[in-house]
Amino acid sequence: MSTIEQAETDRGLPIKAVPVRHPGRWAAVAILLLLAAMAANSLITNPKWLWHTFAKYVFTDAIFQGLLRTVWITGAAMAIGIALGIVLAVMRMSPNPVVKTVAWLYIWFFRGTPVLVQLVFWAYLAQLYRYLSLGIPFGPQFLFFDVNELIPVIFAAVLALGLNEAAYMAEIVRSGILSVGKGQTEAAEALGMRRTMLMRRIVLPQAMRIIVPPTGNEVISMLKTTSLLAFVAVPELFTTAQNIYNSNYQMIPLLMVASMWYLVVTTILSVGQFYLERHFGRGVAGSRQQRAKRRLATMGPA
Amino acid sequence: MMSADPTMTYPANGSPEPVGGDRIVIPGGGPVPMVLAEAVHKSFGHLEVLKGIDMAVMPGQVAVLLGPSGSGKTTFLRCINHLEKINGGRLSVDGVLVGYRQRGEKLYELRDREVAERRRHIGMVFQQFNLFPHMTAIGNIMEAQVQVLRRSRSDARAKGMALLERVGLADRATYYPSQLSGGQQQRVAIARALAMDPKLMLFDEPTSALDPEMVGEVLDAMRDLANAGMTMVVVTHEIGFAREVADTLTFMDAGLVVETGDPREVIANPQHRRTQDFLSKVL
Ligand SMILES: Nc1ncnc2c1ncn2[C@@H]1O[C@H](COP(=O)(O)OP(=O)(O)OP(=O)(O)O)[C@@H](O)[C@H]1O
Ligand SMILES: [Mg+2]
Repeated sequence: MSTIEQAETDRGLPIKAVPVRHPGRWAAVAILLLLAAMAANSLITNPKWLWHTFAKYVFTDAIFQGLLRTVWITGAAMAIGIALGIVLAVMRMSPNPVVKTVAWLYIWFFRGTPVLVQLVFWAYLAQLYRYLSLGIPFGPQFLFFDVNELIPVIFAAVLALGLNEAAYMAEIVRSGILSVGKGQTEAAEALGMRRTMLMRRIVLPQAMRIIVPPTGNEVISMLKTTSLLAFVAVPELFTTAQNIYNSNYQMIPLLMVASMWYLVVTTILSVGQFYLERHFGRGVAGSRQQRAKRRLATMGPA
Repeated sequence: MMSADPTMTYPANGSPEPVGGDRIVIPGGGPVPMVLAEAVHKSFGHLEVLKGIDMAVMPGQVAVLLGPSGSGKTTFLRCINHLEKINGGRLSVDGVLVGYRQRGEKLYELRDREVAERRRHIGMVFQQFNLFPHMTAIGNIMEAQVQVLRRSRSDARAKGMALLERVGLADRATYYPSQLSGGQQQRVAIARALAMDPKLMLFDEPTSALDPEMVGEVLDAMRDLANAGMTMVVVTHEIGFAREVADTLTFMDAGLVVETGDPREVIANPQHRRTQDFLSKVL
């Protein structure tokens, strides 16, 4: 009736409507602000938190050294984990039964035993081989030297974390590969592409969309797992903090120092993940560039 | 056995004998068919899907394959392109055996590399387009040119743009597949296959995933291709296309060729009961 007539006369005009109000959101914000203020008050005024100790250590050289070690051990272990993980995933999906079984056994073993056990085991092995020698096996030795104790242990630790990570990455990569439709492989095959080429150019780039988010999880998890290196006495971030509070007995502020740096690195990693996801989401309907492009397309000549 | 094609010149009793390896020779020195299937068998486990297909497609011809669902049309196309291995009979493309190498009396399975080498001369267009979603239209067309044929990127791009022009999509070069309509995606897929300079194009129901108003644009692109002299094997239920464009129409049912011949004749005057039944449903 009148509303329909109204609509008829307004045809095609931009809609002016009152947006839906969300009073609940404002209430939640108010409550959270209050709680945050209380927490901050307690943190700042309670002398037990020993903020001056926190301030004293947070930017010290020792802590930076530890942080640096944590970061590069994380990076190196993940690099090993991702590279080997891709190889294992492709092996598990190979038509060759021997190759398939080897990959399966690897994943079975490294996922099935605690990473701490693997870590301690490799570090112990490194201790055994501390004395590097060069020469003919069972024959004369030309070179014999006692390497610095720390370096082989760090490498053993990186290797342990990386080899363990590979087992998890293999499954993540495999789920990504499985998410790519069979039609993609067949189209690539029909164009004359071979298996390794179509994996690299067609399947893996599409699989990345599925692989990146859980891999981001793995990197952050690895960052924190490096604190297990305390067990093999490698002074990364946590061990450094531990060493300091073992001598000055101010545990809380030093744990805060370590936690803050872990959070800083995690934040940087999350930002990196956002950009990676956007990169590999290209071409997917509804992704950011697509919306921008469609806007352009509808404005310009069709 | 049906006579596969009126233009076929080799006698039905004297099968072509391979000499000097993989090339087959037509006794009497007739032209070599682009596709030659002789009693092709294919089973999936216990299920025999192709029960002895005979067919010949001469260079420059367009052959349309017709048949009810499950009759083995897709399987046969996939065999031509090595996507499936045949279990019996003989199949050759441009006089070269498909899937096997012959040395004397013995057949050897082809390696991955050899299969890829033979496939690149055969273009294939799928029902579901199968464009690479992470690449733009032009990227899709350049990919195999650069990776497989080792063309320079600028050559591949120039060739790709010319082909997009040909299928009427030059202005969509930088669009991702998800930004294109079904008909446009299928035309890009055709351009992608053509970029490899194939000597044979296979189409598996290229229009059956499309909305009716987009069927025409894809059929037009295929008609242009046929007029340009491309050898094509097309599985389609578009009877109009078969009548106007095809040189031969082959009707398949339950893994066998039921009849084959001039499309206008087969459509107007089918000889077999099953062809009559099928056509009465489709027309
Ligand atoms: N990979 C496979 N494994 C087992 N059976 C298969 C496979 N591919 C096809 N088949 C079977 O082979 C038969 C023929 O299938 P095909 O796809 O060739 O038929 P079609 O003629 O193309 O049918 P449509 O018109 O529905 O596409 C069907 O019974 C199908 O179930
Ligand atoms: Mg089919």
